[in-house]
This record gives sequence, C-alpha cells and structure tokens, in this order.
Amino acid sequence: MSKIILDAKAFQNVVDTISKEIFEDNRDISELTIVGIQNKGVFLAKRILTIVAKLAGIDREQISFGTLDITLHRDDLDNFGSNMPVIKDTVIPFDISRKNIILIDDVLYTGRTVRSALDVLMDFGRPKSIQLAILVDRGFRELPIEAKYVGVKYQSEEFIKVECEETDGMDKVTVAK
Amino acid sequence: MSLNRKDLLGLEHFDRKDLQTVLDSVKPFKSLFTRSVKKAPTLIGKTVVTLFYEPSTRTKTSFEIAAKRLSADVVNVVINTSSVVKGESLIDTGKTLEAMKADYIIIRHSLAGAPDILARNLSASIINAGDGFHEHPTQGLLDLYTMYEKKKKFEGLKVLLVGDILHSRVAKSNIWALTKMGAEVAVAGPPTLIPIGIENLGVKVYYNLDEAVKKADVVNILRIQLERQKENLFPSVHEYVELYQLTKERLATARPGVLVMHPGPMNRGIEISSDVADSSNAVINEQVTNGIAVRMAVLYLLSPKRKNASAG
Repeated sequence: MSKIILDAKAFQNVVDTISKEIFEDNRDISELTIVGIQNKGVFLAKRILTIVAKLAGIDREQISFGTLDITLHRDDLDNFGSNMPVIKDTVIPFDISRKNIILIDDVLYTGRTVRSALDVLMDFGRPKSIQLAILVDRGFRELPIEAKYVGVKYQSEEFIKVECEETDGMDKVTVAK
Repeated sequence: MSLNRKDLLGLEHFDRKDLQTVLDSVKPFKSLFTRSVKKAPTLIGKTVVTLFYEPSTRTKTSFEIAAKRLSADVVNVVINTSSVVKGESLIDTGKTLEAMKADYIIIRHSLAGAPDILARNLSASIINAGDGFHEHPTQGLLDLYTMYEKKKKFEGLKVLLVGDILHSRVAKSNIWALTKMGAEVAVAGPPTLIPIGIENLGVKVYYNLDEAVKKADVVNILRIQLERQKENLFPSVHEYVELYQLTKERLATARPGVLVMHPGPMNRGIEISSDVADSSNAVINEQVTNGIAVRMAVLYLLSPKRKNASAG
C-alpha cells in the first residue's frame, strides 16, 4: 500500500509556489542560475526554470542552467561492493563565480546528497550564494543542512517516491506504507 | 553498473557488456578535466601502488594522474632500487605491498601471467599495465573508447592494426575487445611479425599494407620495437619503412574520415611518417587524454576491499 502525499494538481501548485518564492527573493535575474541534482532534481529544475523565466518576462535560455551528479563525491562508496552506482552527467556550462545558484532536488532526507552537491559546486568556483529548493522534506537529517524553499514537509522513515511526467508519465509523490 | 571483478588482467575475459560498461563510464571522468578543480574525492584514503618491472613513462604517468585525480595516495615502486634486485619473489613483493595496505597494485612485467599470479595471491585489486606479449588491457580500453568517441559505433567498423603484431600486447587487447564489439579487425605486417593462427581470433591477415589500408576506417599503428631488431625478424629498418610505413600517400587511399592511432612512443619516420602523425586524421594526443579518463573509470569500477562490505 502507498499513500499519496501530492497528486498531479498539488504537485504543480507546489512547483509554482517554489518558483514564485525563488523569483521574489532573486529579483536580479542576471545573477540567477539554476542547477538540478541528478536524477529527478533535473526535471524539477527545468520546470522551475520555465516558470521563473515567465515571471521575469524573459526567454528561458537567458537563465543559466546546469545539472549535477554527486556520485564521485559520495561518502558511502565503500558500501556498494562491486556494484557501483551509475555516474550521470555533471554539466555546469557557465562561470559560477558571483552567481546565485538555486540548487534543486526532489527529496531532502539525511542531507548527505546536498553536502556532496555543495562540494561539487565549490570545485567549479566561488558562487555568491547557494540556495536549496526541494519538493519534499522527509526529515531525519544527519547533517546541519536545511532548504530555503520547501514544497511540502512530510516526516517519514519510509521511502518517499517522487514520480514526474518526464520519466514516469505523471506527477505524483507517494509514501510506502 | 558493475564489472563484478576485483582485477583487470586482460580483455580476453571481458564480454561485450563489460566493455560497454567501461565505455559508458568514461565521460563523467573526462568532464572533470575541464573544471577548475580537476579532482574528485572518490578514492580518498585508498593507496595505489605502481610496480613496473619494465620501463614506461606514459602508462605509469597516466595511471598516477588517474589515481591522483580520484584523490588516492600513489606510491611508485622503482624496481632497480627495490628488494627485487636482492632476490625477492613476485608474490613476496606483492604480499609486502599488501601488508602496507595497498588497495590497488598496477603491475607491468616482462612475463605474461605475472599480474594473474598476484591477483590469485592477494586481496588487493591488480591491474595489468602490460605483461609480456600477452595483454595491455587499459591501452585496449582507451583505444576502444577513442574509436567509440569518434565513430560512435563498432558494428561494421573496419579497424586495421599495422606492424609488429607478434610482440604487441596492445594488438592482442585491441583484437579481443574490438571483435567482441562487432568491429571487423584486420592486421598487416611482415609475415615474421604476424603470429601463426591469429586468424582464429577472427581477424583478417594482410601482408600488403597498400591493399589493407584501402578498406580501413581506423588505422592503429604499433611501435616497431627496435630493441628486438637483433632477432632479425625483418631484413632492415629501411625495408620496413618502404613496405609498412603509414605515409600520406597510403593514408589518402583509406576511407574518408579515417582515424590514425598510435599507442606511443612513436618512431617518427619508421612506422609512421611525421606528416601523418601531425595530420588532422591523427588522434594520438586524444588517446593520451582519454587514457587518463579510462583508467579513472577502471579504478572506480574495480572493487578492492569493498567486497566484504555490505551494500546499503
């Protein structure tokens, strides 16, 4: 059994709200860049980028966009045995110095993914700021990391599954019961 | 994503899926090279030892850079100043390195099978960096990756290996890998430098380079090992140059967009003419760059010490 946390409509509303908040806080659009964490964070980031661009009344190409994979910076690679995780693309096609980076992921849980992502970004240069946006805050943090933009809070020890239209055919967030 | 092995001994035992796993893993490592910090903490705290019983500059340097870009600690054992000259056996040297907690041992040895002996006796990951006339798997993989990057697919790709096939471990690793990926492999060289029965590996044999080069999409030129000239395997270097040097004129008869590869070090003016080595068809320097990324992928995919840890 699984319980629905966000259905398609609520999902879209949450993405709209996050995008609006990001736009309100980052009026200097020339300094704004958006980076999605592989895998689901990339799709969310693309959507947020489109909405923010619309709010600002500019083409979406005018906002720098990147994708980021944390695998090489994970702190648990020794636990994988011989089955190593697939490394996806990290493409940051712009100079991040003096930029405000909106870092986007689907679920915030232990905070370890975000810790790794911050390390990856720092390897590209010295951004002006990094602001974290996430769809679901699952709680149970193991590191002192919090998101600035949170779609929905749902404290859960169970796995939270995020499905989105681009990969699964529909937008939905569920929790295994 | 898995190679399911602790060692890389040769490509003979790789299947198509293993080769594809490596090919698919290289790009993220290569993309590190363009960052301001060309390093990731992936192998932090791991120790990589290079144990080279034969001279090498580029392979050893390439492994060393690959390991350092993954944040491993690298130790180079220099053989002529080590205990080996005092008579220590290969296995004892390996056990000593393991007692010093080496996680990876990268070995080059003049005897085929030396890496295999270490692999069977040690729990560290053993990577073959060339053993006798047997294999040089990471060179095979970087050649494979360079062709893949440029030509996108292997099905029907015509690859010609030229020169000293007999003494070349690079040729053997190329043949194992390319035939499994569906490429059509041919070899060309003097009869004395082509091993008997090589057709059984699924390659076509030419003794005439002019004829062979016409069909080629890729020409991978092997180094003429001048140090073996005392065995009198061909009458003279001059004759070899006349018959088997890849010249501009010969290259012009190959297929359009032909790639020229060489594992190095090159003997300019012997197996390859200088203008071919510097031509736009040559991807020799890209092979060197790809070599680092491929070796990083191999270090990432092999699993020393991790094998007892539980997943999750």
